[in-house]
Amino acid sequence: MVHHITTPLSENAAKLLKAGDTVYITGTVYTARDAAHKRLAEIIEAGGEAPFPVCGGIIYYTGPTPAKPGQVIGSAGPTTSSRMDKYTPDLLDLGLRGMIGKGARSVETVEAMKRNSSVYFGAIGGAGALLGSAVIKAEVIAYEDLGAEAIHRLEVKDFPAVVVIDCEGDCLYETGRQRYIEVRDE
Amino acid sequence: MRTIQSEALTEAVKRLCIRANIELPEDVKSCIRVSLKQEDWPFAKGILEKIEENYLIAEKKQIPVCQDTGIACVFLEIGQEAHIEGDLKSAVDEGVRQGYGEGRLRKSVVLDPLQRVNTKDNTPAMLYIDIVPGDKVTVTVAPKGFGSENMSQIKMLKPSDGADGVCEFVIKVVEDAGANPCPPVVVGVGLGGTFDKAAYLAKKALMRPLDARSSISYYRELEEELLQKINRLGIGPQGFGGRTTALAVNIETLPTHIAGLPCAVNINCHVTRHASEVI
Ligand code: SF4
Repeated sequence: MVHHITTPLSENAAKLLKAGDTVYITGTVYTARDAAHKRLAEIIEAGGEAPFPVCGGIIYYTGPTPAKPGQVIGSAGPTTSSRMDKYTPDLLDLGLRGMIGKGARSVETVEAMKRNSSVYFGAIGGAGALLGSAVIKAEVIAYEDLGAEAIHRLEVKDFPAVVVIDCEGDCLYETGRQRYIEVRDE
Repeated sequence: MRTIQSEALTEAVKRLCIRANIELPEDVKSCIRVSLKQEDWPFAKGILEKIEENYLIAEKKQIPVCQDTGIACVFLEIGQEAHIEGDLKSAVDEGVRQGYGEGRLRKSVVLDPLQRVNTKDNTPAMLYIDIVPGDKVTVTVAPKGFGSENMSQIKMLKPSDGADGVCEFVIKVVEDAGANPCPPVVVGVGLGGTFDKAAYLAKKALMRPLDARSSISYYRELEEELLQKINRLGIGPQGFGGRTTALAVNIETLPTHIAGLPCAVNINCHVTRHASEVI
């Protein structure tokens, strides 16, 4: 299935997405990777407010390259998501609806996704030039001192991704491989 | 004795940092194209097409192929008849600083592994120096991303493990890595030497063009066998399932001790970057 989805992503819209579906995302996503997650976790722990609306939001695990003059952004592909697993269940329990990254997630993250009807999207790792082309506006909104690891607000248009783990916990890394092998060996 | 000014080294490193990050080597591009032809799973084919489109966009817009513009691995083959005037290490780091600055590449280096403060200019370079005959200096810059670097492993196998043990370990590393290193991957294998030399060989193996097989026929066969086995795993491009899990397996070897069989596996991604110049 192919879906064109917009942010913020509602619970009902999230539930329609199944592992293996292709999506084109339009709207706002927030970037955060290792260092930003560490700070977010500290803020949440202290009872403070995150610098962007976590509830209903989508986090994109990326640290883009600096834009050239006249360009919106440089290269902006996904980084390995499992490094964020330590911090993710708490964000999901705050209502985080989606994450864009690459690679497998921890059992704790998948359980929290199921509990909160959240979706994990995979963008093509190493396709930063292509993915950056789907970003129409970019702005640093927090932790500027972290450089590439700062939190950016990105406006994206038809950002291409694949549903890797859906709200029910089905995972394309398992099912996709299995299906391919079954058909190949038939 | 031929004298080379260190500024020439700085200039070369700077140019190579930028070029390596924006343009994939011809052998990598042609390997991606070949894999596209061989891929028999439609979804996987679609991913490979996007990967091809990506490096074309990068060339056209002159932006990095991947946002992880890596830690700068700089290989110097210094002819023993060449003399570099000035501070060699500073000259290389200056080239990295200028290249990552002017090329608008991402600064991804922290000064201390535990304190983790970004150096903001991507220095220092990871420097590898080899002394060779002649009076020339060959400079190779290979930006290394860490999505794939993190998936690398080393094992001190026993001599009795033999070729089967090597195959088993290499396949286990690719299997453990799964979707994390942005498959299709390139697998660098270092066999022999010592613990540290094996790791160095594995990195060096990633510098070899993907279409150049080992010059030793026994290892050429092992490379081919491993590639075939890896591409039977079904992990596929991005781990979504498919044939193309790896683009190539390159093995480099050294003599080793009677008691050991060090085996290092350095994983790289489809963004296998390196560019060279001779001074
Ligand atoms: S593993 Fe390679 S392709 Fe993937 S993000 Fe890192 S450098 Fe880019």
